Amino acid sequence: MNIHEYQAKAILRNFGVPVPEGHVVYNSNSARDWAKRLGSGPWAVKAQIHAGGRGKGGGVKIAKTADEVKQFARDMFGMTLVTHQTGPEGKIVKRVLIESGCNIADEFYLSFLVDRATDKVTLMASAEGGMDIEEVAAKTPEKIFFEAVDPTVGLSAFQARKVAFKLGFAIAQVKQAVPLLMNLYKVFVETDCSLLEINPLVLTGEGDLLCLDAKLNFDDNALFRHLRIRDLRDYDEEDANEIEASQYDLSYIALDGNIGCMVNGAGLAMATMDIIKHYGGDPANFLDVGGGATIERVTEAFKLILSDDKVKGILVNIFGGIMKCDVIATGVIEGAKQLGVKVPLVVRLEGTNVELGKKMLAESGLNIVSADGMADAAEKIVKAVNG
Amino acid sequence: MSILVDKNTRVITQGITGATGLFHAKGARDYGTRMVGGVTPGKGGTQIEGFPVFNTVEDAVKETGANASVIYVPPIGSADAIMEAADAGIELVICITEGVPVLDMVKVIKYMEGRNCRLVGPNCPGVITPEECKIGIMPGYIHKKGPVGVVSRSGTLTYEAVWQLTTRNIGQTTCVGIGGDPVNGTSHLDILRMFEDDPATEAVIMIGEIGGDAEEQAAEFVRDHMTKPVAAFIAGATAPAGKRMGHAGAIISGGKGDAASKKAFLRECGVSVADSPAAMADALLDIWQP
Repeated sequence: MNIHEYQAKAILRNFGVPVPEGHVVYNSNSARDWAKRLGSGPWAVKAQIHAGGRGKGGGVKIAKTADEVKQFARDMFGMTLVTHQTGPEGKIVKRVLIESGCNIADEFYLSFLVDRATDKVTLMASAEGGMDIEEVAAKTPEKIFFEAVDPTVGLSAFQARKVAFKLGFAIAQVKQAVPLLMNLYKVFVETDCSLLEINPLVLTGEGDLLCLDAKLNFDDNALFRHLRIRDLRDYDEEDANEIEASQYDLSYIALDGNIGCMVNGAGLAMATMDIIKHYGGDPANFLDVGGGATIERVTEAFKLILSDDKVKGILVNIFGGIMKCDVIATGVIEGAKQLGVKVPLVVRLEGTNVELGKKMLAESGLNIVSADGMADAAEKIVKAVNG
Repeated sequence: MSILVDKNTRVITQGITGATGLFHAKGARDYGTRMVGGVTPGKGGTQIEGFPVFNTVEDAVKETGANASVIYVPPIGSADAIMEAADAGIELVICITEGVPVLDMVKVIKYMEGRNCRLVGPNCPGVITPEECKIGIMPGYIHKKGPVGVVSRSGTLTYEAVWQLTTRNIGQTTCVGIGGDPVNGTSHLDILRMFEDDPATEAVIMIGEIGGDAEEQAAEFVRDHMTKPVAAFIAGATAPAGKRMGHAGAIISGGKGDAASKKAFLRECGVSVADSPAAMADALLDIWQP
């Protein structure tokens, strides 16, 4: 799960990590009021959407007067901000963060993440702050430093010191960087982050370290023990179908194609998309109904695909393990009964209770093309859709 | 011969009184697996469907001589259940549970260091040595005893590969689902090592996914150490970038992780790579005949 920058900064502040003073606003009048309360300026006016690269798209402005803050905020509210992370459709700005500005002397990059190669939380740091870190990694990998953390003792002071000296800090800044890094690690483990990124960390003209931007992603599987963080979820930032899917514990990702897919298991779901593409088709979605889905969940999953206007054909590909084929068949029949199936439907069933499932579909009266194996199924649906 | 499990493996089920645990304990017993009991704290001393239930894994090991455990407890208790099994001297722990927090697994992996215990999973279908021992949720009937080892991150895609083999009348030594989570107990590489050392395994199908660089590490092992032919499929060629993996996660593995670069590297290492998931068995038959 993602949260907004202002929410991330509030969490960091609670853990004693230095962030700029600021406040989120929902209209331009309160933008000016909050600017005045924060001091004499300059101020940063920052559009709050769940995507990076906001500056280039006009979503970050520096204002010198309170009236300018209001003007910038007014421009941002309701605008569709397009960045390299939003996709071409962009995202509508509904919240704006007003912050005290600062003198930037230097910029750095910090992040924590779980490195699957070492199975450890790893601190990643670079003196090339404010830049696209993927570019730094590609061109000058030697400028990125890594420090793997022992989970039983946490990030040690010596590790934080090592990184601080590698970043080229003077001793005064090293003394600030050590608690800053150790507190960031605490944020990561105590809130079950999957990614914590500070880009940039700045050194101010006054010699202080400050987290000028902050991005926190959380492990969805751990949200059950972080109810306050779960409440920060902003549904405006998510695809409506993906929200509906998540209510039924379905793993769904909308794509650009026209063949709807319903599959059990993430690997088979990905492979089903691959094989549709292999035969010249284009998948409309990734949808994993999961292992232990109930009839209700399967029905909702099937309805989700049926209600997608761009879907011109549907492929159901099930290899039952925990999932029983008769449960899938019941869900398909039920969903079809409720919404009607106006597009070609190809079903491939294998695994637990396969004979029963096939029999139910055959007797349902639905216009279903049955398939033997994945290749047959993909060929049939692509042919039905593309002609 | 086989790897990890055989007809002598003695298995307990952690979470046996839950619906899922009990369903699959019975399924495994029906298949012929030596399911010797189960653990549910507070229900020790009782019986369920003929399985003796214990309060702790330690008690279960003492009474039944179990050397393997399968875990169906909910995500909130999974890490604890794995560590309990390792502490009790269980040699093979298979965690089926999906949804275990990643940082719980980071702690578990550290805890397992230096212990004589292998963890498979979490978020995996389990392990089966056909006609001897089935531990997990896979449908037993699709398997057949034979010479091919199968290893995969994905459950249903494993079934797909196995079914392609079985319908071509080619059996399997052992099929291992290592699970789809970023931090897990056993890697592709670990399993390839075991298949290489197993005299009964003549060839291997390896199924990977986008993300991380576990498939690349396994491919290097194939190139440098493996004498047996390996075929592979990588799922996710059409998956949109950045939907699951954070960008920083892709960097730390050296920019590796997308399907095209994985496939190319596997081919460089001498692996026969299937472009279509329907062609996994055929990709193996291109380089090996039973």
